[in-house]
Amino acid sequence: MILQVSGVSKRFGGLQALSDVSFNLEEGRIMGLIGPNGAGKTTLFNCINGVYKPEEGRVVFRGQDITGSKTYHVAKMGLARTHQIVRPLNDLTIRENVIVGACFGRENHSLGGAEKIAEEVLEFVRLHERANQLAGSLNVGQKKRLEMARALAARPYLLLLDEVLAGLNASEITQMIGIVRDIRERGTTIIMIEHVMQAVMNVSDDILVLDFGKQIAFGTPEQVANDPKVIEAYLGDPTLAAELSGKKSSA
Amino acid sequence: MSLKNLKNPGLWLTLVVVFILGVIPIINNKASAREETLTVLLSVILVSSLNILLGYTGYISFGHIVFYGMGGYVGLFLISVYGWSLWTAMVAGGLASGLLAFLLGSAILRLRGSYFALATIGINEAMRAFISNFEPFGGPTGISLNFQVYNQYGGAAQALWTIYYVVLALALGNILLSYVVKTSKFGLGLQAIREDEEAAEVMGVVTPSSKTWAYVLSAILPGMVGVLFFFKNGNIEPGPAFRLHLSIELLVMVMLGGYGTIAGPVLGAFGYQRLRGLLLTSDLFKNIQLTVAGVLLLVIILFIPSGAVGWIRHRFPVTRRYLP
Amino acid sequence: MDILTFLVDGLLIGFVYGIAAMGLTLIWGVMNVINLSHGPIIALGMFGIYFAATSLGVNPYVGVILVSFAGLLLGMLIYAIAIHRVINAPHLSTLLATFAVNMIIIGLGTTAFTTSAYNVDFSLGNISVGPVNTPTTRVVAALASVLVTGALYFFLYRTTLGKYVRAVTDNRAAAELMGIPSARILALSFGLGTMLAAIAGGLIATFFPFTILSGGAYELKSFVVGVMGGVGNPLGALIGGLILGTFEGVIPAFMPTSWVPVLEFILFVVILLVRPTGLLGAKK
Repeated sequence: MILQVSGVSKRFGGLQALSDVSFNLEEGRIMGLIGPNGAGKTTLFNCINGVYKPEEGRVVFRGQDITGSKTYHVAKMGLARTHQIVRPLNDLTIRENVIVGACFGRENHSLGGAEKIAEEVLEFVRLHERANQLAGSLNVGQKKRLEMARALAARPYLLLLDEVLAGLNASEITQMIGIVRDIRERGTTIIMIEHVMQAVMNVSDDILVLDFGKQIAFGTPEQVANDPKVIEAYLGDPTLAAELSGKKSSA
Repeated sequence: MSLKNLKNPGLWLTLVVVFILGVIPIINNKASAREETLTVLLSVILVSSLNILLGYTGYISFGHIVFYGMGGYVGLFLISVYGWSLWTAMVAGGLASGLLAFLLGSAILRLRGSYFALATIGINEAMRAFISNFEPFGGPTGISLNFQVYNQYGGAAQALWTIYYVVLALALGNILLSYVVKTSKFGLGLQAIREDEEAAEVMGVVTPSSKTWAYVLSAILPGMVGVLFFFKNGNIEPGPAFRLHLSIELLVMVMLGGYGTIAGPVLGAFGYQRLRGLLLTSDLFKNIQLTVAGVLLLVIILFIPSGAVGWIRHRFPVTRRYLP
Repeated sequence: MDILTFLVDGLLIGFVYGIAAMGLTLIWGVMNVINLSHGPIIALGMFGIYFAATSLGVNPYVGVILVSFAGLLLGMLIYAIAIHRVINAPHLSTLLATFAVNMIIIGLGTTAFTTSAYNVDFSLGNISVGPVNTPTTRVVAALASVLVTGALYFFLYRTTLGKYVRAVTDNRAAAELMGIPSARILALSFGLGTMLAAIAGGLIATFFPFTILSGGAYELKSFVVGVMGGVGNPLGALIGGLILGTFEGVIPAFMPTSWVPVLEFILFVVILLVRPTGLLGAKK
């Protein structure tokens, strides 16, 4: 078991952002994290990687309790993430951005070693031709791939992807999904927050559904798509409900 | 990064230029030229050390001069009360400033943006007020050295030359240090903090210790040259030692040259001091020297915010490799 | 003098510290700019009433009113020339831009007035209440400060323009979407900030001698008070000013006056560390 989340709750003032979220994630799987806007998906990521300290509950990563640990400690233990709103280090080159990931991540490389990893990872996300450009000069799709490259350069055991498909065009989505699959092939476990429903249902082994901070379903894509509570949660959003049921019929 | 990076032509060009400018007064054996260049070299040291915190890490300090004053006080205290030699006192001054930076940094570096900048103003003022009341350091009158102290360095005239050589060496050393820091893994972590501190943490940069060490590194050399400068002066007082205005002038010099670069601070220090000298000696501008400098600063901020070297790097991206 | 007199003197000056700080934190709160030209503008306020009294021969309090309008216009001018272009740039740019303005004013001021001391020759006698005896000018300054605070509150909470200022403070982008001309509102806010600084300077000049460099000390006090009261919180600034004034009045009874700034600035840094939103909370 690579990640065990048990009974995690997080409040912001009067708002209960997460209440009693629990799941176990096995190594080598892709877990999709879905739910309407404001369901607490990104908050859950922040509680897992130490940006927030949950009021209740525990997060155990590879057998170690990391509840409330500093983000950089969690990062060094092999947990990497991308951000929903990309955060490139604008005034550094693309290569330098990725080197930061490799240098300070799990394997703690020297600059020389990190440079090799950067070349490899940049080629993997198809940014190698732009390696010497400043990160600030990229477009959104490229910045998302850069985020991904930085996270991968850390050689994480677990990768948290926050809406890597949002804002991408159809061909970019296909390309990105290919990348996600390849990452899993290499043995990295993935949790991905996603709104592009068809993509996430296709690529995930498990799905966790959050609604108003509560966990309303956890299971295989088929189980989740057939879950009445999930369908109800998405009824407010007819297109998503349609997408869910579309998946159901094709499954 | 590795040793191969020491082959960077921009670094060597900077070092050679500073070396040549520093050697000219020695060859001509002229005391007036020496004093002029000494001021510039001191600025080079203060500015490029400030650049480690400001340019690499992105933390704006209005209190950099605290380390200069602190070093000066500790050094002169050890020399006048315990009879230490200038050189051991110089090292002690540097270490004292480093220690002060460590203690301060552990506390205030968790403040971000303007709050950090304000805290450094507060520390500068608190420090000056405290030293003015601190009797072992002479309170408001400070510490004065006995003239005979220069005898063991071959008399006052010779001591001035010796100090000049050391300052030149320290300036070159500091340029090298700031280059090594910038191109190291540690320096990369600092730059990641500058660009986006939270993203840096998520990538595993241990920000509290990185920032603290950057602060310490930026404090040691100012502490050392503080001892040399005030030894040369023969006395130290709270006002000149902790002059807020000087801290801000250092920021101006960093901006002028281009922050976060190696050559920028050097260029900024030379440019600013040269300009100041020109304005002060010109009949036309003598009185409004400050105004002219202010207008110049404003023009730089508004129109070339990345400074001279930064501007060149942006305008001609090819030069990025040669202008570290 | 006894401690009560010290206390009252400190308290009365505290009101003036309050409006000086209000000017600083208004700008800070609205546009996240720390105005390093605050001190020189306070000094200009001092010279403003001096020249209003000596050249125009008007009463210093009429002078304060003239100075306040001049301060408003000067602030809007400073914003347009020096701040607007870098309003979205990193902190360093706005800090240095306002510092450049500081250098320009101090440079011109030194040329025009030298750095020697000036004095507005003006007195309203003293007021005695029980054992306390204090110059009337200080009492008037305190009352004027309360009036100014009230006017600022009225402006911010009872007028459309004030509502715009608060909207821009809350969320500039959203305010722009609502059709609020944010550039003009920012200029106005900056002008109000400098107006308050100029008024504070004018009031101080009715009881203290001053030089062109005098503003610096009040700028630092404004930082202390502003941080104490919470950024962008006018009432907080007034209360912070009273605390600082009282503090300055009382401390000399227990230790040498020279320790006052030490304690003041240590307090300042400690507040920044433990409660960066101010003792009274920031107001957004």
